[in-house]
Amino acid sequence: MKYVLLICGDESAAEHANDGCDGWSEEMAERGVLRGGAGLRPPSDATTLRVREGEVLLSDGPFAETKEQLGGFCLIECADLDEAIEIAAAHPAAAYGTIEIRPLIEL
Amino acid sequence: MTPPVEAAVDRAFREEWGQVVATLIRWTGDWDLAEECAQDAFALAVRTWRRDGVPRRPGAWLTTAARNRAVDVLRREATGAAKLREVAGVLETVDDGAGDEPDVPDDRLRLIFTCCHPALALEARVALTLRTLAGLGTTEIARAFLVGEQAMAKRLARAKQKIRHAGIPYRVPPAHLLPERLPAVLAVLYLLFNEGYSATAGADLVRHDLAAEAIRLARVLVRLMPDEPEAAGLLALMLLHHARRAARLDDAGDLVVLEDQDRGRWDADRIAEGVALLDGALRRGRPGPYQVQAAIAACHATAARPEDTDWPQIAVLYARLARLVPSPVVELNRAVAVGMAYGPAAGLALIDGLRETGALAGYHLLPAARADLLRRLGRTAEAADAYREAAGLATTDAERRYLARRLAALG
Repeated sequence: MKYVLLICGDESAAEHANDGCDGWSEEMAERGVLRGGAGLRPPSDATTLRVREGEVLLSDGPFAETKEQLGGFCLIECADLDEAIEIAAAHPAAAYGTIEIRPLIEL
Repeated sequence: MTPPVEAAVDRAFREEWGQVVATLIRWTGDWDLAEECAQDAFALAVRTWRRDGVPRRPGAWLTTAARNRAVDVLRREATGAAKLREVAGVLETVDDGAGDEPDVPDDRLRLIFTCCHPALALEARVALTLRTLAGLGTTEIARAFLVGEQAMAKRLARAKQKIRHAGIPYRVPPAHLLPERLPAVLAVLYLLFNEGYSATAGADLVRHDLAAEAIRLARVLVRLMPDEPEAAGLLALMLLHHARRAARLDDAGDLVVLEDQDRGRWDADRIAEGVALLDGALRRGRPGPYQVQAAIAACHATAARPEDTDWPQIAVLYARLARLVPSPVVELNRAVAVGMAYGPAAGLALIDGLRETGALAGYHLLPAARADLLRRLGRTAEAADAYREAAGLATTDAERRYLARRLAALG
């Protein structure tokens, strides 16, 4: 199964932006479950786009102004949801933010 | 259909449904297919058993019939290579003579832990277990949860979809995950037991087999998790309730309240087993809601006569339970215990306070308990109104008849 871990946090999570993953990435890469991912610049650097009737509409900021914002993501591949939960729980961001585990559509 | 065959199919449905579905899920990985094929197998049993007689091992017969059906369906649907591999996989697994497997509980346990996975909403876990493991209909489950049938059908479909899409594993969790996975399983078993103990649907007030199934599963759990006092507490609670089953209904199938029950008909062995289990659990020093409820049941079960019941102790235990799991139903029970320990006026004051909150609107046991206290206070006209209100809300025939008798006895 492939899952994306969406790492979310409120404003206070910004202070962790340059923390790195405290060896988590190396450990998961070694284990062979990490397929990719990255930390994201803050929502204030985001540009949101829509195309309506052929016109490109841009706005400053993220697509939704919510308290929790996406701060990073990882693509993992593992046996099942229990393993995905265990992998996500070991991520340092789980201790201060929230991690949403989303299965990928696999055809 | 001749009555014996009909009865055999009914019994097989209650006893074998969960095992057939659980085994089919393990083979096919497809919950909807497993349920469909189990249903087809039971339909086939009705026709075949009438013609050929009831097989010696109905469970094995049904599992084989369901498996054959699943292989047919998968073969017909096998259009892509992935599907063909799936069918091949099923056939391969099935070739080991699995249809003749003895009645191993592990598939059912696997099923219940998967149904109770914490990634599913609690309501979905309970509903899914009752549907797939106990074979309860969507209507019955909807009534147990006081929601509409369509909403319940949607809830079940969503839960099964999430299991499939999110990759929730079909297994008994490894040892280190068991403590966090257990509470949901216990809640489900207790609901299952209650469904058997006081059925929410139909004319039968008690369905012993469901209660027996819950006890059987609880025994397996206690064996699997001997260090978990709440599992033992739940089993003790079930045994102490179940011990009274023979005295709970009279010959006409009517409800006999605790104080009128023939205590000689209580199952002394089960009471002893329940009390011993509870003592062992309490010694671990980690009390929880099931142990407290079992302690209340033990107060009743060990009283030789109704007047020997330690009501002050029961009132204390209900107060403790209310702190562990705040609930208006627990408060109602505490009010009844207080009424027994300290007089009907004290109990009525608590019940009227509860009534004003509206938290139990539509729940027949509130006016029923209120009616009893009013009767004891000599407020006969108000008691009669309350009995009538309770009868209007009761969901089983036996409860309605009981309330009608109480009303008539007011004179």
